[in-house]
Amino acid sequence: MSFADTFMNGEKGLFKSSSLTPMQKLVLRFVVIGLIYYGLAVIEGMIMRIYQIEPIAAIPDFQYFAILTAHPLVGIFGSTYSLVFGAFLFVVPYLMKKPLWSIKLGNWTFLLIAIGTLVFWLAGFITHYAPLYTLYWPLPADFTQFDPLGGTFFVVGIALVMLGSVFFVINIFKTIAYTPEGWEKQPSGALLASAIGYSGLRNLFRRSKKQKEHLVSLPVAAVARGSVDVALNAGIILFTGVLILVYMVGHLMGFNLKETTVDALLYKNWFWWGLDLIADGLVLIFVAGTWYLLAMMITGKKLYMQNIARAALLVELIVSWTVWSHHLLSDQAQPGILKIISGEMVTAFELITQGLAFFITLATLWSARPLKMTNELKFLLGGLLGFALAVPAGIMQADIGLNRILHNTQWIVGPHVHVAILVGLTMTLYSVVYILFPIVTNGAKLYSQKLANFHFWAHLIGGIGMGAFMGMAGLEGMLRRTIYLNGEFNLYMILAGICGGLLLLAFLAFFYNIVMSVGLKGVIGIFTPSKLNTKDLVPQTA
Amino acid sequence: MVDSQMVLNGQTFAYTCYAIVIILLMAWFGYQITRKGKGKTVSHKFFYTFVVFLTVLGVSLHIVTYNTIPWAPMDLNRADITADKVFDITVQNHEFQLPSEKLLINVGDKALFDVTSNDLTYGFGLFRSDNSMLFQMQVVPGHRNDILWLFDKPGVYTIRSTEYSGPKGAQMILKDVVVVSER
Repeated sequence: MSFADTFMNGEKGLFKSSSLTPMQKLVLRFVVIGLIYYGLAVIEGMIMRIYQIEPIAAIPDFQYFAILTAHPLVGIFGSTYSLVFGAFLFVVPYLMKKPLWSIKLGNWTFLLIAIGTLVFWLAGFITHYAPLYTLYWPLPADFTQFDPLGGTFFVVGIALVMLGSVFFVINIFKTIAYTPEGWEKQPSGALLASAIGYSGLRNLFRRSKKQKEHLVSLPVAAVARGSVDVALNAGIILFTGVLILVYMVGHLMGFNLKETTVDALLYKNWFWWGLDLIADGLVLIFVAGTWYLLAMMITGKKLYMQNIARAALLVELIVSWTVWSHHLLSDQAQPGILKIISGEMVTAFELITQGLAFFITLATLWSARPLKMTNELKFLLGGLLGFALAVPAGIMQADIGLNRILHNTQWIVGPHVHVAILVGLTMTLYSVVYILFPIVTNGAKLYSQKLANFHFWAHLIGGIGMGAFMGMAGLEGMLRRTIYLNGEFNLYMILAGICGGLLLLAFLAFFYNIVMSVGLKGVIGIFTPSKLNTKDLVPQTA
Repeated sequence: MVDSQMVLNGQTFAYTCYAIVIILLMAWFGYQITRKGKGKTVSHKFFYTFVVFLTVLGVSLHIVTYNTIPWAPMDLNRADITADKVFDITVQNHEFQLPSEKLLINVGDKALFDVTSNDLTYGFGLFRSDNSMLFQMQVVPGHRNDILWLFDKPGVYTIRSTEYSGPKGAQMILKDVVVVSER
């Protein structure tokens, strides 16, 4: 095939969008939008990398901070939520061997996340609304720096994403519990109890002969438990958005609520409790569940130490509700007992739960030697390495002594945040994309293995390298969320910028590879309605 | 005495060693799983040993730092310690208001910085002339934000806000305003 033919019709013309079920189209829509927003987040990241070397004259400081505000949200909500939700809306019914409860609701989730992300991104781009994702009170009420109209759009965008998240959670739990048409009545309550971990918990207090079997598989249990945190987080963020709107409406009506009404420290506790349901909750639970699923799919074997893995997921869920104080170790008014118990001790449990997931996944892979080094396997190993680097970095900063000299430095965002998200989480998601690619495309072939190899190495080296150089700058005092005008940390920032460039190249290689695999017509076809009137996940003949 | 620079050097060394080891371990693992194996599962003893190791590591980190980093216990018990000098500092409209042009401290003094914000959430940090950080804390409106620090060597420090408070916050810098000298 000529280059033009491949570009239009995909590798060997194997991908036919007309053969896709509505469910396959839904998943692929999530993937395409997730990748577009990932690309946007990478471009924003590169702008900021350049800015940290030399402020760009065409971008004033308020625009820089607007980019800084939108960047993590576009990355987490626009990209990661899209990829994760799309994958799980497919994987849960796939593993339970029944259709998704509502494809329509799945499409609403897709639309709300895609549109919501665009709206809050525009609020930053056009109105320069820049409270940062922390939304600390009373920052949003500081209308000398921010336009309340921009803030309103920002909050509306976030609210749309949260509504989409709620729809996702409903769809997941309904899919687990419902009885499809023509099926024997399903034990809804027992299925939900197994998914949440309640029946497993009861088993601890039963004699071994009376213990009940797990009704849902381990990966489904992981998705369900992570979804609990998605729901709680949506509630917190929606409430917070409403709170901020009250300040904005108050300002527009001539009432200044700036220094009244809400205690700043209480708000901080509230906000970080909610945010940690993502950072220390659903991300870690979803990732562990995804590792287990990938390990089982790659090896074709049962998971090593299944029951421990299942219990660890429940522990992680409870831990995620009690760790928020590690964000407030530098807040002197925060009670010391909360700093020690929640901030240090409970947080240290994440080393154990994530360490267990790491070990169990590796042990499962080890038992199936020899394995072929496929794309999904190498990206899974990359994801495991990312969390092996990022979690201990986080445990170190969650220490009263060390936090005093690390808080709000580049150490936090480098070796911890970016290595966790870019290397740990994103490489795990790439592994999922590679393994699901033939299933959701009805056997389309990857255009170039060489590009996939380049994608892997450039992403791995770029991600770890960027995190490392940011971390080195942080250890030498470089702060996050600020601008250095005199090149104080230029050496590290240039090296981090080069690594960021590698990440950009890795993404471009991957995106090009995927487009050439399915063809431009195929990409467009993903967004047209399916011709197959079925709730099946894949075509019956495929 | 252990100071923040020494702690940072120690952390850099420890984390770098760990990162190299874990990267090499994963590279070795990636190579080995493509080799022929006997299909044996990993022993449960090895697994439980690993669990115990993680537990000990997680708990001991905080015990070790509490007993080796001097400011950690001092910070938690600062209400019971008498400061040699107290500096009341106010922050408002993105400006630090100091009690005097320079904050003068003698070597060996424990100085208390009591910082009040009248509007937004800020940060308060002291930085050496090479931009490295001595310490920082958050400054939250409506609450007491105080930090006690033992200065054991002479030096000149810059104050800057360590928390984002809008674009204006990036340049909240008072250069060389804290001076620590021999008695």
